Amino acid sequence: MAAIEFIEERCKGCGLCVIACPKELLKVSSHLNRAGYPVSTIEDMDACTGCALCAEMCPDVVITVFK
Amino acid sequence: MAETVLVKGNEAIAMGAIEAGCRFYFGYPITPQNDIPEYMSKHLPGTGGTFIQAESEIASINMLLGAGATGARAMTSSSSPGISLKQEGISYLCGSQIPGVIVNMSRSGPGLGGISPSQGDYFQATRGGGHGDYRTIVLAPHSVQENYDLTMKAFDLSDKYRNPVLILGDALLGQMKEPLKKHSYRKKEYSKDWILTGTKGRRPRLLKSLYLSEGELTDHNWLLYKKYKRMKCEIMFETQFLEGAKLIVVAFGSVARIIKTSIQMVRDRGMKVGLFRPITLFPFPYDALEKISLSIKNFMAVELNTGQMVEDLKLAVGHKKNQVDFYGRPPGSIPSPDELYNEVKKVYKKRIG
Amino acid sequence: MKQVFKRPEALVDVPFHFCPGCHHGIVHRLVAECIDRYGLREKTIGVASVGCSVFLYDYIDVDVVEAPHGRAPAVATGVKRACPDNFVFTYQGDGDLAAIGTAEIIHAANRGERLTVVFVNNTVFGMTGGQMAPTTMAGQETTTTPFGRQTDTNGFPIKMAELLSQLPGTTFIARAAVNTPKNLMRAKKLLRKAFEVQTENQGFGFVEFLSACPTNWKMSPEQANKRVGEEMIPYFPLGIFKGELK
Repeated sequence: MAAIEFIEERCKGCGLCVIACPKELLKVSSHLNRAGYPVSTIEDMDACTGCALCAEMCPDVVITVFK
Repeated sequence: MAETVLVKGNEAIAMGAIEAGCRFYFGYPITPQNDIPEYMSKHLPGTGGTFIQAESEIASINMLLGAGATGARAMTSSSSPGISLKQEGISYLCGSQIPGVIVNMSRSGPGLGGISPSQGDYFQATRGGGHGDYRTIVLAPHSVQENYDLTMKAFDLSDKYRNPVLILGDALLGQMKEPLKKHSYRKKEYSKDWILTGTKGRRPRLLKSLYLSEGELTDHNWLLYKKYKRMKCEIMFETQFLEGAKLIVVAFGSVARIIKTSIQMVRDRGMKVGLFRPITLFPFPYDALEKISLSIKNFMAVELNTGQMVEDLKLAVGHKKNQVDFYGRPPGSIPSPDELYNEVKKVYKKRIG
Repeated sequence: MKQVFKRPEALVDVPFHFCPGCHHGIVHRLVAECIDRYGLREKTIGVASVGCSVFLYDYIDVDVVEAPHGRAPAVATGVKRACPDNFVFTYQGDGDLAAIGTAEIIHAANRGERLTVVFVNNTVFGMTGGQMAPTTMAGQETTTTPFGRQTDTNGFPIKMAELLSQLPGTTFIARAAVNTPKNLMRAKKLLRKAFEVQTENQGFGFVEFLSACPTNWKMSPEQANKRVGEEMIPYFPLGIFKGELK
């Protein structure tokens, strides 16, 4: 059981979290934040193992991970 | 401890620094100031201080910046070409408001020039010297005793204004030996609520010179400007024979002590000549000279260059209203008291008769 | 559920000014994590350099002094000698450390100053708009090598980690990358060691981080990360060049 949270306003849509996820659960959505960046989201939270690699790779410290 | 010792001018600077609590010295060898790093390397460790012979003048001034940022009393010394290299760091010290004492036992230029005494660095010293709109306090000793006393003073002024202070001497003042009366020094304590020590119990502190937000740098420059204005209360100068004088000779540093003899010679022959010796070159004693010019109309600047301080003299006395003559001796030889006597006499005859 | 990843306390809670996909953000966070890990927040004095990393003081919650371009190791020397009980680090880019500041880094390292140096090598001058850096790869196009870096006229990319490891004064010298989770986890260990050699008063610690600059490389962040692995690492091998992990 794990969960991740995004601080959407800090996301720059670089997608480094997407390539970090070993289970390919993340994607950069078409939703834009106030800065105009498309933001990352998780498709299937139930499948998340809480490995935190997405958070580790995020250059903007957008992601918080719970397990 | 009023002990009198016979020491070189350079040693007097080093002794004054240590007495004033300087515990960090960073330098790089260059003639004619090597006695300073040599003295510091020998005597600083015994005081618990640190001496580093750096890889360059640039590194030295930046080590000074780092030590100064922590509130430590630190000094670097060099001579003309080395001081040119330090200008980047001096600009950052001013911009970041970090204290430090810089000694220029100047030699001669331009370029590699030579190692003879010169006052060719006057503009560089008094106009900031590096990039940006800033000033350093500039102290110009003219004796071994003053090397010692003014070095102590330099540390106080530097702490007081959070600004680098430059001591401008030359090969003559660095190399000559004179009796020096040592004395103890009472350190003045200035608020150091800006120094970097780690954030224990407080918010982080930042020492920087980069200001990018709209208007921020304008404000910063005006703040520095106001500080430079406040420094006017530190103006120091020496005068001799002003009473009844018809010609005032203005000279600083090494040439001032030569001209003291020459002035005595012309006075012995009945010529009414006085001396004005600026000790602070920045801030320059404009007001004092202007006041003198209300009653005395003839001035003569004497310098070991082709004419630098004379421009400040002209600004001070208004050269449209008053006569300002100049005698300059570029580096390569030192004028004797006799030669300067003749030059002063020439001007006196021309202007006064 | 327990929080297993959070923002380090030493990292100020503000957005970074860095471009999307820039590795500076990751390296800043790793530095902040180490400051937290070793309880150094109240005794650290950081030395900021010139370049994209100049705003270090906006992000790391410690005392900071800003050094002139390339001079951070000299400034840090002054700080550390005056405050030997404080933790002192510099954070420098490749233009700063490997071009204008070559003398300062070599001599600070050679003196064995008790400093931790974080070196970000992204093969380009970032802040000034993508000019050639001393670490620019052979053939790499930049705004001042529009036809690619020609090694016969522009010289070769400098390998700072290898160069510094030759100096007897150094204690720990390593090169890391943060382009993949695996490399990043390794990078953390190396940076910790570079912190420890200072906290344990052993000597000079240095970690070079191969980093992506998608903006000036004119690549997507994903392509830029690939380039780190495919072009940079073969030329700038990862590993420890001096010292060891215990």
